[in-house]
Amino acid sequence: MTTATLSPTLPSKAALFEARAVKAGARRNRLLSLPALIIIGIFGVLPLLIICVYSFLVAAPYGGVQWQFSTDAYLNFLFQRDIFDDTLQFTPDFLIIYLRSFLFAVVTTVICLLLGFPTAYFMATRPPAQRNWWVLLITIPFWSNLLVRTLAIMFIIRDEGLINNALMALGVIDKPITMLYTNFAIQLGLLYAFLPFMVLPLYSSLEKLDFRLIEAAYDLYATRRQVLWRVIIPLSRPGIIAGCLLVFIPALGAYVTPLILGGGVHLMIGDLIAQQFGSGRNWPLGCAQALILMAAVLVALYFYVRNTSGKVQHG
Amino acid sequence: MGIALESRVTAPQLPSQPAYGDNQTGTNLPPRAGSLNGVIVPEQPGKNAIEVRGVRKVFGTGENQVAALDTVSVSIRENEFFTLLGPSGCGKTTLLRLIAGFDFPTAGEILLHGQDIAPLPPFKRPVNTVFQSYALFPHMTVAENIGFGLEMLGKPKAEIEARVAQMLKLVKMEQLKARRTSQISGGQQQRVALARALAPQPKVLLLDEPLSALDYKLRKEMQIELKRLQHETGITFIFVTHDQEEALTMSDRIAVMSAGKILQVGTPRDIYDRPAERFVADFIGETNFLAGTVVSKKPGVATVKFASNATIAAGYPEGFDPTGEVTLVVRPEHADLVPDPAKGTIAGTLSNIVYFGTDTHYHVKLDGGGENFIVRHQNSRSSPVTYETGAKVGIQFEEDAARVLKD
Repeated sequence: MTTATLSPTLPSKAALFEARAVKAGARRNRLLSLPALIIIGIFGVLPLLIICVYSFLVAAPYGGVQWQFSTDAYLNFLFQRDIFDDTLQFTPDFLIIYLRSFLFAVVTTVICLLLGFPTAYFMATRPPAQRNWWVLLITIPFWSNLLVRTLAIMFIIRDEGLINNALMALGVIDKPITMLYTNFAIQLGLLYAFLPFMVLPLYSSLEKLDFRLIEAAYDLYATRRQVLWRVIIPLSRPGIIAGCLLVFIPALGAYVTPLILGGGVHLMIGDLIAQQFGSGRNWPLGCAQALILMAAVLVALYFYVRNTSGKVQHG
Repeated sequence: MGIALESRVTAPQLPSQPAYGDNQTGTNLPPRAGSLNGVIVPEQPGKNAIEVRGVRKVFGTGENQVAALDTVSVSIRENEFFTLLGPSGCGKTTLLRLIAGFDFPTAGEILLHGQDIAPLPPFKRPVNTVFQSYALFPHMTVAENIGFGLEMLGKPKAEIEARVAQMLKLVKMEQLKARRTSQISGGQQQRVALARALAPQPKVLLLDEPLSALDYKLRKEMQIELKRLQHETGITFIFVTHDQEEALTMSDRIAVMSAGKILQVGTPRDIYDRPAERFVADFIGETNFLAGTVVSKKPGVATVKFASNATIAAGYPEGFDPTGEVTLVVRPEHADLVPDPAKGTIAGTLSNIVYFGTDTHYHVKLDGGGENFIVRHQNSRSSPVTYETGAKVGIQFEEDAARVLKD
């Protein structure tokens, strides 16, 4: 790492001095990173360990845990123990909720990407003075609470909401279209909540794009579509990856949006886990579900990064 | 986008061109006929590769309007190394971008082998550009960069590979074909940019100050390299530069531009020896300006009297009628010093001597006042006379050395 270790045959004074300086620098860097490490340790790693431990315990009847080792929480994820003969029966209820959440998250990511890319491109191609205003506009939703904004959506799409009232007043429909408490409502809410998280990383990637490369591609007989696929998209890959991660992962664990707009009927992972700590009174199961979600995301990430990292390097 | 997808550019094939360089691998497939949809096929023999007719380009709107090009007309011949020379902001790059198709003229036509290409997008013009910044694709290798144009033209894979190999050899980059463009030096990037632009065999190659980012030695090397490439490929080169030396040494013809206008078009010798305007004389090479009065004139030659009452015969450009007070231009190397002030056409005091290795510049403060007059003297092993600062000297002019120019 240091110059001295790289060239052990030439321990010149300068090299030794440099090695010492590098060592001192490393020590200083460690010291500076200490606050961050403490925060991550106390508020990140420690709770994770607690969750891990709790997932292997037995649920106490009124919430909390009994200190007794058990893998029931994990077994309960896929199986149900028969009350009479104690056999395990496969019950895919939780799995279905997981798969549905996964589907919601994928659809959210894809639609956010399709909507976000042209938006980000538009922003990145404005004159520099204008761009900051567009960024400001994109961040406006962050200024108010997600809960409030989600409730606002509820008022827009409910049976006596803005859309239905307007359509009925115009005579387009006779009776209101049910939108609230449907999968559509959840999907709409997720898209609304996560679109800015897609646009911003895409924008920061596209803003750095050298537009002379686009001219060069046109000059070399590339049509507009070829320029998009061969130059713009490959070069904005880091932004696409960042945006997809920033949308997919939180969307998978979304809690407030599906709870309010799905009306508790169409559960997603977030609601399911929350339930175990609330009305379900099964903390170990909630912990196990959270860890299974985390493991699934990590595995997916591992394959995603392995497949794309080589191409990102030079983008 | 619709049009773009349907009608593709055909390969800008040079019909009777042998394969580039010494690599005769037989990649010269005949041009594909029939697949041309709204594409120019410049087959008819015309002397001019590019003809720019009354082109105007205005940027901005309303009161902020700026005419980057003010009704420019110029003809560029086939197989010519043509240079657009001028200071920054003179419109030379704008003209290049209009020919490439990145911008569209406000008025006028641009003809490529007799056909108007002004309304065509860049990907439908058999014209390629070498960019000042090279604009190499950072996510592709050297070979992928060079093959990009051919790939976009839908050439078969085997042909692309052969052609890329040929181009790599032409620019001597075979060793580095698998490298990323970020892993090679500036000079190498320059070569890749050239190879990439030459690979589709364009009718015209546009070069936008391609050497400006290179250091002096590399630039000299690339100047020779560019001349060689132009000679070997037989492609018309349109070269944009603000470096007058570069323009003089490389070009077949030069167009000197200023403030959106072309002031003079001619061979380097024409431009240097017979500048049409004061700006041209001033911009290209070093020039002395002298004040005088026209006393008589015949077609092409005027007799001009200096304040010292000495007279000199001076040529003037066509279409210009010098009268009264005029400015004469004399190149520093077209004048000589004489030790006896009385023997010179004009006289003065030697104020400064600057040694340049190959030659020496003598700065003379003229007796009549005005700017210092510079005499350039080529150094040799045996200089007959040595001068000292402060000495009184005379200045003699070679025949045809002085010219009267429009201000």
